[in-house]
Amino acid sequence: MADENNTDEREEDENISPWQQMIDNPFLLLFIGVAMPTVFYTLWGVMEIASIPVAPY
Amino acid sequence: MAQFRQCPDTGLFFHKEAENLMKANAVAGVVCLLIGGILALLVVLTRWPAIHLLPADSFYMVLTAHGVCALIFWMIFFEMAILYFAGSTLLRSRLATPRWAWAGFVMMVIGAVMTLAAIFGGKSSVMMTSYVPMRAEPHFYLGLVIFAVGALIGCFVYLGTLVVAKNEKTYEGSVPLVTFGATTACIIAIFTIASGAEILIPTYLWSIGYISHIDPAMYRLIWWALGHSSQQINVAAHVAVWYLIAGVIFGARPMSEKVSRAAYLLYIFFLQLASAHHLLTDPGLSVEWKLFNTSYAMYLAVLASMIHGLTVPGAIEVAQRKKGLTNGAFEWLRKAPWGNPVFSSMFISLVGFGFLGGISGVVMGTEQISIIIHNTIYVPGHFHATVVIGTTMAWMGLTYLLIPVLFRRKMIFPQAAKLQPYIFALGMSMVAVFHMAAGTLGVARRHWDMGFAGNPLGFEYPATAYLLMGIAGIGGVIGVIGGALFCVIAVGSLVFGEKLQKEAGLLQSFGVPLADSAYTNEKPARLPMAPAEAVEADHGESGFEAPGTFILAMVLLVSFVIYYFINWKYLSEVWGIS
Repeated sequence: MADENNTDEREEDENISPWQQMIDNPFLLLFIGVAMPTVFYTLWGVMEIASIPVAPY
Repeated sequence: MAQFRQCPDTGLFFHKEAENLMKANAVAGVVCLLIGGILALLVVLTRWPAIHLLPADSFYMVLTAHGVCALIFWMIFFEMAILYFAGSTLLRSRLATPRWAWAGFVMMVIGAVMTLAAIFGGKSSVMMTSYVPMRAEPHFYLGLVIFAVGALIGCFVYLGTLVVAKNEKTYEGSVPLVTFGATTACIIAIFTIASGAEILIPTYLWSIGYISHIDPAMYRLIWWALGHSSQQINVAAHVAVWYLIAGVIFGARPMSEKVSRAAYLLYIFFLQLASAHHLLTDPGLSVEWKLFNTSYAMYLAVLASMIHGLTVPGAIEVAQRKKGLTNGAFEWLRKAPWGNPVFSSMFISLVGFGFLGGISGVVMGTEQISIIIHNTIYVPGHFHATVVIGTTMAWMGLTYLLIPVLFRRKMIFPQAAKLQPYIFALGMSMVAVFHMAAGTLGVARRHWDMGFAGNPLGFEYPATAYLLMGIAGIGGVIGVIGGALFCVIAVGSLVFGEKLQKEAGLLQSFGVPLADSAYTNEKPARLPMAPAEAVEADHGESGFEAPGTFILAMVLLVSFVIYYFINWKYLSEVWGIS
């Protein structure tokens, strides 16, 4: 019985392309979706603002 | 043991706990829309120069509450309902950790009440953006933080539900496209809420005196990762609703599911970077940062929206043509069910989002052009097209769909419901278009008195600007009437609508569980993978599968090009070139 289930699962996986299996992983997508704006928008922006010289009094 | 019921009309399965959470979140959202709408009327009647209803201090208080209620609370409550629907109902799965989901909902309600109490207390009229160094009451920020944490819990309950569904094998193959779209919205929401925590927690500490100073430039940078990304959650979610409604009403399937999923993937990669277009006129950020985050990356997100804007009507056209509506390029559209508010709301949302919101958004996201419209009333014109015509109308369409399916009530006033989307769309289109036009003449956004009466640096706008603001005011009143009609129909149906199931009592409309007799402990059958499309006779014309949609797409493209160059012309008039 267990073997039959495993076979079904394997067949099902074979029907789905590796690319599709990758984007079916919501946690991988979550990582990409958080990392991209964090690096390109937030961190890059924070570095630029933090590097503005302070005006002399 | 998980309990499910099957809707006899649609065949959809509802998990008991998920169903109650959907109802509670949707109702809370509509209550916020109602409050936001009443406040909108006061804003409209004040910015209408001939009426100028409220005194200045009340106006800023009301405008702050309107922004927070309509742009944050209404949207995010409703999005939580969509997440639970997409995760549980569409995947035929039980909801993961319903108690946590309820805890999240309670936190969102407490946070919303706390923030609104702070605003109506009169000392937190800092606008939705709450730019420092303007200081609101501490519970203004604390309420927003609590609301955000509640929403974050909801997002993780949704992700947990995806895991449960996969482990319990409730579906074959990949998740349906609508659930994939909801996952995209959830991912954007997590980044958005995290950014909100990054900036609102320090701001709260500043408001109670633990931090002495918050840098305004840094605040703006991080705040817009919250402020703009929160609207990107809406985009991802309302596109998912378009696909859902097209599927339910027409049996339409995406023209290419792979392309549609790839477009969502572009949203995950690039959509949130568009926050940068709020900072295009800010000093301190380099041209490279601005160009990458707007021109180079944002346009890939725009490409994704254009793909969705093409594939949703394209899918409808293909489905209609298969039913024999093949005369000319637009018979499929002429004979669409325009009297069905589910469809009309959705299609107006799609067209309004693309033509009004999309085109103006890309134009504003161009660094040079942004200079002439930044901080003018053009900006509210743009986002009322995206968030109100685009998102709110999609939510309205979904509500009309769910009143009988989820709430098990028959809709009241069906004739009025047929008209409601058109009234609302007419009013809000007038608001969007005439605000954008007035913004092009330089009318400031947010300002109580466009004439700057008594100000030593007053500015005399041309009479046309006053006329445009007056017409926008008329549009706003029409829009509020359309919105009020929606609230009457939606809430009235839950209270007075004929019961489609004997267990669907009054309290059950607001999140109290149906009687156990409505549910079975039997697990729903596994959701089958959608069969491959059978190759059928070509129903298109001239080699195009969806020629009408292609023509509409070309009209959009030409409109965009013309409008883009008109704005460059305006810019050239600001600084004459010799």
